[in-house]
Amino acid sequence: MTFSIYSALAGGALIGLAAVAMMATIGRIAGVSGILANVLKPASALHWQWAFVGGLLASGLFIHWLVQPVVIQVQSSSVMLVVAGLLVGFGTRLGSGCTSGHGVCGISRLSPRSLLATGVFISFGVLTVFVLRFF
Amino acid sequence: MKGTLSAFIAGAIFGIGLIVSEMVNPVRVIGFLDLAGNWDPTLAFVMGGALLVTAIGYKIVLGQPGPVFSAEFELPKNKIIDRKLIIGAAMFGIGWGLSGFCPGPALVGLGTLKPDILLFVISMIAGIKLFEWFGERRAG
Repeated sequence: MTFSIYSALAGGALIGLAAVAMMATIGRIAGVSGILANVLKPASALHWQWAFVGGLLASGLFIHWLVQPVVIQVQSSSVMLVVAGLLVGFGTRLGSGCTSGHGVCGISRLSPRSLLATGVFISFGVLTVFVLRFF
Repeated sequence: MKGTLSAFIAGAIFGIGLIVSEMVNPVRVIGFLDLAGNWDPTLAFVMGGALLVTAIGYKIVLGQPGPVFSAEFELPKNKIIDRKLIIGAAMFGIGWGLSGFCPGPALVGLGTLKPDILLFVISMIAGIKLFEWFGERRAG
């Protein structure tokens, strides 16, 4: 697989721009797992939370069907996807954040909690991929 | 209303960033985590680009009296490093390594209508609900 430093940096900059826009306009952290969890509680979900999740979904739909197909290669079995989904859902709530909230927004504020959480989830991700090599 | 529209646009820009950087593709993510294999540095540059823009942007924005369409900045107040934070991050890391998906890319990827991604997202939602159910049982 080829690697393009420019698209990586440009894509990252767009993610950062979105995080800064959220803070500048409504004063909130762009943490996907926390926002999604709130949207899943319709009684207390706020408009901006619906809108943010709507924007994420709309971007994928729009680009994939109207601009160019988005390449997504899933190599995990269905059982692995279910286990992974359960762990990601439960773990991001227990740990109060994921790659966006801790990894981008939290580290940008030099939050010790986010720095630690990011170190932990990257380490366990590396470990998991390493262990999977033996299966 | 303006706040809602801003959040929608921010979500869309966020999603486009994940697509442009190919972070929606789990193979890229697993390639980054695979230190013992043919290491793919993409994620490091995506994170670098995002952190640079966010760190500078936050510095400027948080120096203002408040956000444009809302009363005040709402930053996480919890400063305690506890077992929950570490165990939660570890569980997330294992799921991330197993699938190459984290919540943002999974939601953006749903737009392709691939059944695999739908399966992951439904399981992730189940994980979120399971956590809330446990939390309520412990509290109650």
